[in-house]
Amino acid sequence: MMPNTLAKNEAKYKFLMITTFILIIMAILISINAGYMKIPIADVIATLFGNGTPQNELTIFEFRLPRIFMALLVGLGISISGAILQGISGNPLADPGILGINAGAGFTIVLYMFFFQGTVFITGWLSIFIMPFAALIGGFIAAFLIYIISWKNGRVTPIRLILVGIGINAAFGAGLTIFQMKMEPIDFMKAIVWLSGSIWGTNWTFVWMIALWLVVLIPIVLYKSRVLDVLKLGDSIAIGVGANIEKERRFLLFISVAIAAVCVSVGGGITFLGLIAPHMARRLVGASHAKSLPLAALLGALLLLLADTLGRVILAPMELPVGLVISVLGAPYFIYLLIKTN
Amino acid sequence: MGIMIHMNTKTTLDYKNPFTSSAVIIIGIILLALSVVVSINFGASSTLSYQDVWSAIFHFDPTNSSHVIIRELRLPRAIAAIAVGAALAVSGAIMQGMTRNPLASPSIMGVTSGSSFLIAIALAALPGISYLGLMMFSFVGAGLGAALVFGISAMAKGGVTPVKLALVGSAITSLLSSLSTAIGIKFNVSKDISYWYAGGVSSIQPQHILFAIPFIIVGLILALILSRSISVLSLGEDVAKGLGQRTGYVQLLGTIAVLLLTGAAVSIAGMIGFVGLVIPHITRFLVGVDYRWIIPCSAILGGILLITADIVGRSVNPPFETPVSAITALIGVPFFLYLARKEGRGL
Repeated sequence: MMPNTLAKNEAKYKFLMITTFILIIMAILISINAGYMKIPIADVIATLFGNGTPQNELTIFEFRLPRIFMALLVGLGISISGAILQGISGNPLADPGILGINAGAGFTIVLYMFFFQGTVFITGWLSIFIMPFAALIGGFIAAFLIYIISWKNGRVTPIRLILVGIGINAAFGAGLTIFQMKMEPIDFMKAIVWLSGSIWGTNWTFVWMIALWLVVLIPIVLYKSRVLDVLKLGDSIAIGVGANIEKERRFLLFISVAIAAVCVSVGGGITFLGLIAPHMARRLVGASHAKSLPLAALLGALLLLLADTLGRVILAPMELPVGLVISVLGAPYFIYLLIKTN
Repeated sequence: MGIMIHMNTKTTLDYKNPFTSSAVIIIGIILLALSVVVSINFGASSTLSYQDVWSAIFHFDPTNSSHVIIRELRLPRAIAAIAVGAALAVSGAIMQGMTRNPLASPSIMGVTSGSSFLIAIALAALPGISYLGLMMFSFVGAGLGAALVFGISAMAKGGVTPVKLALVGSAITSLLSSLSTAIGIKFNVSKDISYWYAGGVSSIQPQHILFAIPFIIVGLILALILSRSISVLSLGEDVAKGLGQRTGYVQLLGTIAVLLLTGAAVSIAGMIGFVGLVIPHITRFLVGVDYRWIIPCSAILGGILLITADIVGRSVNPPFETPVSAITALIGVPFFLYLARKEGRGL
């Protein structure tokens, strides 16, 4: 590549990152403003700088802001998780939701909530920090099942992976339906809304919990971005340049499932976001993961925040789960990708 | 067993096995009759005896409460389960035969989700709509779902493949069900809509059956009339044309049969997956590749599967009901995974 095109690419990447970041800031301001209680922008800014009314302060700091940060973090995590899955499977259609990893994590979370419901334990911070581990178990069971079932003749073809994922999704869904009868109707409704994707852990403890996980996991992914580049070239080339592909692939799969499971434990089963954000990022800055991963993360955060805000506003005072908004936008995108790819 | 596998590998039409096929039909009908009796007898009120079941059917006494329960609740439920199972299974068999696609089935190809989507619209836009009206919406929705999935797949690069149809179908299903949920929240009809999405025959009403059964019967008869042509078509469109078949005509009538059967089934029981996928495969395994046998046998086996799943759903966690769609999914998923592993081969 010519040096000046390289520089141009670098400039374009920086421009896109900054633009997305500014858009996120704008989306945060809009999201604080929007909702059942409309707070004028001037008051929002005044409150953020500590000069607001006590009521506005309560609404913004205890309700709106935790939720906004949660949406940003979940969006960021799911996009990264999707990007890894696409990288390691060489499959542009991979997404933790489509593959059934979210469904598996969701299933164990519902079990977890069921067994500890009504106890003091469930509302304590310890419970909040343990919950992702419950999600991890389900996510890994799902990932393991998908991997061994789609493994045939020494390899996993992209299409078989997706088909098996659809089946695993349906199985966990059916398991949950059978389990629902053991639950109180109110808990069941909560579980259903949450499984379709809804940011529900809206206090600062949840935000810190997920932030902690992501701070540990995301740098590892960024460090591995070159491995992802190599894996994407295909197995024979990857082996040729000396990558221990199965080991790397398993490790990255592990990280990806962990990130997805943590996000599911607070954001529910959000499908298609892990598909859209990485794809948009690749279209904008090319296939190199060192660039496309950070951009995908920011785009995912932006998209999920916008979708969550839209879901709060569009049917106000009722709330549309953010997962449904993402599905309505994401399913056509998935179909578009499907038509485009051979 | 060896003989069956041998039959399954036969791909020529001249191979007939009336003996096995007749046996499947006769044993199937006996099993069906038995499961109807079990289904009627089995329920929250345990005082019903087989004697009651018999006399309620043949010597109905309106003052006897057991008879009323049987006539008004249990019998309609059993009939509905059989009708829905038969309709979905035959619908799947027709789709698999016409498209030569082992993954084809009403739920995977988005037909049932189209029906449920238009039912959701009807419930929101026309509150108090009659059941007949709802059924019409269901038919239109079935057509819409099928048209969307097949239309979009046809635009895909590299043509329509079984896998692409399945993927587009699952995306359309997720899109339409999200929209239906949104409609439910917006117009406050979530509870009604979730009935169709849960899928089951638990709150069936006798009048609904009276309306829907004629459509299912018409669909089944149409399927039987077409069965010979579908056998020919299942050899491939070129072969069928070479043999002098007017394939467009057969495909049109076959589609009408699918829409009638699926639309009516969804309007009674909501979204029930996997019956239309699993049963035609099992049937082909038993009776070979001749659709003149596959279609009637699928109808009987589909009826048995759904009525059994309904009985299981009632006994998992009494007195609560587990939706029958969850039971069929648990039976169907391993099968689906098996087909996914085979990836397109094996029709």
